[in-house]
Amino acid sequence: MRFQTCAAACALALAMPAFAQTPDTSDWPAVLEEARGQTVYWHAWGGDPRINSFIAQVGAELSERHDVTLEHVRLADTADAVTRVVSERAAGRDDGGAVDVIWINGANFASMKDQDLLFGPFAEDLPNWSLVDTDANPAILIDFTLPVEGYGSPWAMFQMVFEYDSATVPQPPRSLDALRAWIAANPGRFTYPQPPDFLGTSFLKQALYGVLDDPSILLKPTDDVDYDAVTAPLWAFLDEITPNLWRSGRAYPANEPALGQLLADGEVDIGFSFNPGRASAAIADGELQDTVRTMVFDEGTLANSSYLSIPYNAANKAGALVLANLILDPEIQALAQDPAVLGFQTVLGMDRLTPENRARFDALDLGIATLSPDEMGTGLLEPHPSWMTRVAEDWAARYGTAE
Amino acid sequence: MIRAAPGLVVALMALPVAAGLAGAVLPAFGYFPALGGADFSLAPWRDLAAWPGLGSAVRLSIVTGLGATVISLAITLLIVAAWQGTRSFRVVTSLLAPLLSLPHAAAAFGLAFLIAPSGWVARALSPWATGWDRPPDLLIVNDQAGLALIAGLVLKEVPFLMLMTLAALGQTDSARRMAVARSLGYGRVMGWAKTVLPAVYRQIRLPVFAVLAYSMSVVDVALILGPTRPNTLAVQVLDWMTAPDLTLRFTASAGAVLQLLLVLGALAVWILAERIVAARGRLWAGRGARGQMLDTPLRTLVALPMAFIGLGVGLGLTGLALWSVAGLWRFPDLLPQSYGLRVWTDQSAQLVGLGRTTALLAGLSALIALVLTIAHLQAGASRLVKVIYIPLLVPQIAFLPGLSALGLWLGLDGTLGAVLAVHLVFVLPYVALSLSDPWQAWDHRAGLAASALGAGPWRVLVAVRLPMILRALCIAFAVGFATSVAQYLPTLLIGAGRVGTLTTEAVALAASGNRRLIGVWAVMQMALPMVVFALALALPALIARRRRGLKVA
Repeated sequence: MRFQTCAAACALALAMPAFAQTPDTSDWPAVLEEARGQTVYWHAWGGDPRINSFIAQVGAELSERHDVTLEHVRLADTADAVTRVVSERAAGRDDGGAVDVIWINGANFASMKDQDLLFGPFAEDLPNWSLVDTDANPAILIDFTLPVEGYGSPWAMFQMVFEYDSATVPQPPRSLDALRAWIAANPGRFTYPQPPDFLGTSFLKQALYGVLDDPSILLKPTDDVDYDAVTAPLWAFLDEITPNLWRSGRAYPANEPALGQLLADGEVDIGFSFNPGRASAAIADGELQDTVRTMVFDEGTLANSSYLSIPYNAANKAGALVLANLILDPEIQALAQDPAVLGFQTVLGMDRLTPENRARFDALDLGIATLSPDEMGTGLLEPHPSWMTRVAEDWAARYGTAE
Repeated sequence: MIRAAPGLVVALMALPVAAGLAGAVLPAFGYFPALGGADFSLAPWRDLAAWPGLGSAVRLSIVTGLGATVISLAITLLIVAAWQGTRSFRVVTSLLAPLLSLPHAAAAFGLAFLIAPSGWVARALSPWATGWDRPPDLLIVNDQAGLALIAGLVLKEVPFLMLMTLAALGQTDSARRMAVARSLGYGRVMGWAKTVLPAVYRQIRLPVFAVLAYSMSVVDVALILGPTRPNTLAVQVLDWMTAPDLTLRFTASAGAVLQLLLVLGALAVWILAERIVAARGRLWAGRGARGQMLDTPLRTLVALPMAFIGLGVGLGLTGLALWSVAGLWRFPDLLPQSYGLRVWTDQSAQLVGLGRTTALLAGLSALIALVLTIAHLQAGASRLVKVIYIPLLVPQIAFLPGLSALGLWLGLDGTLGAVLAVHLVFVLPYVALSLSDPWQAWDHRAGLAASALGAGPWRVLVAVRLPMILRALCIAFAVGFATSVAQYLPTLLIGAGRVGTLTTEAVALAASGNRRLIGVWAVMQMALPMVVFALALALPALIARRRRGLKVA
């Protein structure tokens, strides 16, 4: 009986249809033709209702314009999609994979690219690539110091902003040193998500930028520098602030939404986010008090981009390419930048758009708490991915276990 | 067909269980070719040992697991001993049973919002009693001793053990045992402990083991209520398992195997403790103390945890439901400043679609599990069938990556059928657990009488045995249904993101920490199994009303 079940299953596996050929990205009409009727599975973090409804809007557009159906696979963690692709390769499924598109950057991107789990290069063959402003934003070609090389299509830019309640903090600290003093004077009113959470570890990297005389060494892998000496001032900084953190540093919020909730509950007075428009959107939805404002550090804050990547074994590559191109469409980019929708920063260059499309961006109201582009200050380059891993590990050893 | 049933059940369970275990053990010793681990080594164990939080995490898993189990069991038994047979007992149990259908995560969120420094309790007392106009900086949720985690687990495990105890009570002749004990002058609690408990405990042993294994390795409740510096071992394994650095998979597997060993070790300690308690208990029972004075204080004492569970769940869920319709709700306001159905309308299309898939999966898997359980029980107990309980004792986090690899290998993942099959792996043991005791305790003389009147085995089964255990059948179905609804990791991994349920959606949204969204999905997630539970309790009562002579178990 057991043998029969197994045999039947194996026969079923063998009988599965052969999958379509890898599309030729240079022949766009053929890509569009092949994509017609496909269903694309986009694996993206599903924890934010605004992002979910944006993806649903993109899906409606994709279906209307290109007859491609979009399914948003809502992840609790982007690494789940990476795990998925890894398991598929482990099981020998080199085509017909379940993941068609991943919203990705940083360590997940580095890991997949290193292991040849990505399809490409494709990004620079997309028709809308010509609208992407790589001159003004060369950083979008480099993800955490790793050249993207067309294995991911950038679609939004992010920069860390601090969110503070102007009712309780009329004079917010505008540098790391000012923050250090503010924490000492206001014990229990600041915290950061617990590393290795992405945002929490990003705060540590932001702090590294603030304590180092020459932050450019952060662009090298940790193995190429005197890591202990470089990070010593960071640990000194953390040792100093930890007793005065929220819960005296005995507990930390889990992630960005949890930190946002603490700010909304009034448990902390200063939070931070990678989405400069988050605070305005949350205020508009009645989830955050309207006295919250955002600011950046004088020394600059970390900036990075989000990409769409296609796994090497994706079942619907043509549809995935059409999706990646559609997201770079000025209409969709303007939608994403609208604070009432997402408030993400566009990757398009305004001078490359038609006047009609440029008007879409000019018409956007930034929102009550959002800084204008010229107030955003310097965007700092993300350190090499090895910093993320190593600093998070060391943090866990120093602060992540009860003494 | 009946005769093949045990074999079929074992085959259905053995393959996934074996693959699940192999998928944990092989990488723990360095073997995972897709990640470049072609040779066996002890490196994953060295990496695990080098993690600075290991000692604390292991201690936490043991303390919270054993603590939650001991407390839950003690509360359950005390409630039953002190209140069995009274009117308020019937009211309380009818309220507790549907709690079983409440997803762990929803209960945990409800509790967290209640007891957090910005939660309802603090709001109710502020600022008039406490002087707080901002939430106090107190570590209540995520405390390092794991007390909040234990409380969250107890909240959920007491209803489960209670239901299992109730099922066992009917089969142990407890009313007559108590009558004898009472006539000999024993107090209510003392008499119950000396005459009913030994028989009841034997029947609820496996559920107790399942509670122990679950409490030690739970992920979702620990994420919400558990300590974070460090995490419990199970949460840390999940962190490693989902880390972008794929080499951590090996460490994760070693951690998963360690988690398995911890659970097995704790079970061994528990069994040893059972023996000691039993030996002491015999001496204690033989001394014949009547303990009549104990009843009143114990009844009062046990009312405390009952109130805690009732209020914890009741207010917690009310809080979640309120959040789902709340506008701005600042500390220390007791109620939101404004209300709205925005979140509900935003989510309505999703709620209906996923609700349908969830109900389909749960209904089918519970039904299949029920048929398979009846078939293998009818075929006669086989030692081999114990295999189906392994999924209850092996931590999910150790088990599932291997299982998903199996689905991939067979090319079956991402289909509704595959998700149904993997749900069955977890649903079947719970259904079997609910049904086998009432099944074994059925009075065989009824069957003998029917046979003597010329009924064949089929007719005895369908016309006599099944109607007589209808209540147990309905409850087993409802338990299976609720189990399927609550499955997160299996649905996620085998469904490949293409098969979504209320639970996968709820947990994905839980990452947002958005209480309004969590409220909406938790309410939906709990409503579905609760309806089924209500039906499961109502149906046998309706039928029994027309057959007064039939004692439906």
